Amino acid sequence: MRVWFPASLLFLAAALLTGVLVGPVHLGVVNVIHASFAHVFGLRSPLTGADDAILWQLRLPRVILGAIVGGTLAAAGAAYQGVFRNPLADPYLLGAAAGAGLGATIVAAYAPASSLRGDLLPIAAFVGAAVAVIAAYALGRSAGAAAGPTALILAGVTIASFFTALQTFVQQQNVDTVQEVYSWLLGRLSTSGWHEVGIIVPYATAAWLIILGHRRLLDVLSVGEEEAAALGVNVARVRLLVVAAATIATAAAVAVSGLIAFVGIIVPHTIRLLAGGSYRHLLPLSVIVGAGFLVLADVIARTMMSPAELPIGVVTAFFGAPFFAVVLRTTRARV
Amino acid sequence: MSALALDGLSVTLGGARVVDRLSAAVEDGEWVALIGPNGAGKTTALRAVAGLVSHEGCVRVFEEDTRRLARKHLARSVALVPQVPVIPGDMTVRAYVLLGRTPYLSYLGSERHSDHVAADAALEQLDLVPFAGRRLDTLSGGERQRATLARALAQDAPILLLDEPTAALDVGRQQQVLEIVDALRASRGLTVLSTMHDLTLAGQYADRLLLLDRGQLVAAGSAEEVLTRALITEHYGAEVDVVDAPGSGFVVVPVRRPS
Repeated sequence: MRVWFPASLLFLAAALLTGVLVGPVHLGVVNVIHASFAHVFGLRSPLTGADDAILWQLRLPRVILGAIVGGTLAAAGAAYQGVFRNPLADPYLLGAAAGAGLGATIVAAYAPASSLRGDLLPIAAFVGAAVAVIAAYALGRSAGAAAGPTALILAGVTIASFFTALQTFVQQQNVDTVQEVYSWLLGRLSTSGWHEVGIIVPYATAAWLIILGHRRLLDVLSVGEEEAAALGVNVARVRLLVVAAATIATAAAVAVSGLIAFVGIIVPHTIRLLAGGSYRHLLPLSVIVGAGFLVLADVIARTMMSPAELPIGVVTAFFGAPFFAVVLRTTRARV
Repeated sequence: MSALALDGLSVTLGGARVVDRLSAAVEDGEWVALIGPNGAGKTTALRAVAGLVSHEGCVRVFEEDTRRLARKHLARSVALVPQVPVIPGDMTVRAYVLLGRTPYLSYLGSERHSDHVAADAALEQLDLVPFAGRRLDTLSGGERQRATLARALAQDAPILLLDEPTAALDVGRQQQVLEIVDALRASRGLTVLSTMHDLTLAGQYADRLLLLDRGQLVAAGSAEEVLTRALITEHYGAEVDVVDAPGSGFVVVPVRRPS
C-alpha cells in the first residue's frame, strides 16, 4: 500500500514535467524547473523574455489547469461512487453535464456577441450545472429519501433528460451556434494566462478538503445506509455534504474546461483495482493520479494533430478505455 | 435496572402496523430471544430498538429514552448484527472490524490508538487474527458472520442485537456462533436481544423467549412456558411435538400427520 503514494506522486511529477516541456519551442528541463521556481519565489528567471512568457503565460497555466481539473473530476467521481455505492457513478450523474450544457447553449444562442460573452459562458455553465443538481436533489428527496440513493439517481436521470431536451430545442432554434457549443461540450483546456486557474482554485481546494475529510466516513458508508446509521453515522448529512462539494467542484471544472468524460470513472477504478477500495487511499490517490492523467491527455490532445487540437474529452476516452480494459484483465484474478 | 425496556412500542410501515404495542424488559446480562412466525415483526422490533425506524411508544436503554439520545450515543449502547450484512468485498477484515469504532470518533476525525486496541481485541476474541489482512470476499459464510460479530464487539456496546444470527449456517456453525455469543455475554457482561427462527436453539440458549404474532406479544417466559405444542400450533400454524430432552432443553419436532 505504501508504495502507491510515492509512485503516484512520481507519476504526477513526470506528467507535469512532460506537460511543460512538450511544445513547438524547446525550453529544456533544467531551465523549466529553474524558471518555475524562480517565478514562485520571485527570483530572476534563467529564460529569455519570449521563452519565459511561453513557460509562464502559456504552458504552465495550462498544465496546472489540467492538473486541477483532472484531480477534481477524479475525486468527485470517487466521491459520487462512494455516497451512491454505485461503481458507475460519475461526476455528471446528477445532471451537472446537462445543466452546464444548457447554460452554455443559452449563452451561445442568446447573448449578444461581445467581449463579455467569453466570460459569460463559464458562469452560465456553472450556474446550469448547479441548478440541475439542486433540482435533482430536491426531486429525489421529494420522491422519498427512504427509497435511498436510487431515488436520487433516477431524479438525476430525469433532470438530465429534461435539460438535454431544452438544450436541443434551443440549439435547433439557433443552428449557427452548434459549432461553438459542440466544441465546448467536448472539452478543452485553453487558458489565457492564469485567469482560468484563478477561477477554479477556490472551488477545487474547498471540494478537495471536504471530500478528503470524509474519506473515513465513505468507508463506513460501504456497509450500506442502514448499517452505517446503526454505527451512529448521519448518512443523509454525509451524502449531502459530499455531493455538494463534488458538485460545486465539478461545476467549476466544467465551467473552465467543458465536459471531459471518463476521468471521474476510469481514474478511481484503476486505483481501486491496483491499490484496493478503501476511500482513505482511494480519494487522495484519485486527486494525484487524476491530475497527472489529464495533463498527459492534454499533451496528446495538443500534439497529435498539431497545430490543430483534438478535444481533450476524445483523448481521455480514446486512451482511457483501452488502458482500463488492460487493468481489468490483468487484475481479474485478484478481484 | 433493565438494560432495555420497551414500553408500548409500535411501528407502522407502509400503513400496516408491524409491531403493535410491544412492552417488554430485558435485564442486564440477560439473553432474550424474539420468536414468532414470518412477518411477526421480530426484525422490525430490533430495528426500532437500534433507532433505524421511527416508532411510537418508548424504547429505553439503561433508563434513557432512545429518541433523546443522539444517533452516535445510541450506537455506543446498542450494536446491531443484521441478518444479511452488506459485505464490502474489497475491504480487509481488520478495516471492517475497525468500522465498529465509528460511534467513538468525531465527524472528520480518525481512529486513535485505543480504537485499534479495541478492534484487535475483538479480532482476537473471535479467532479472526489469522484473517485480519484478508479481503472479506475471500471468507466463507461462517467466517463473515464472525467478522460482523467482531465489528459489533468493537463497538463496545453493552447491548447486542442479533437478527437471525444462525440463518444460512450449517448446524455446526449455528452452535459455534451461539456458543461464542454466550461466551461473550459472560466475559463482557453483554445483554443480548436476538431474533431466532430455530425454536429448539432459541430455547437452549436464551434465558427467556418472547413470542410475537402479527406484531403483538402473545407469550413470554422460559422455554418450558413458551415452547408448548398449543402455542406453537396456534401461532405458527404448524404441527409439532415438543419433546423434553433431559440436558438439552425442549426440542421442537415438526410432525407429519398422515392425511
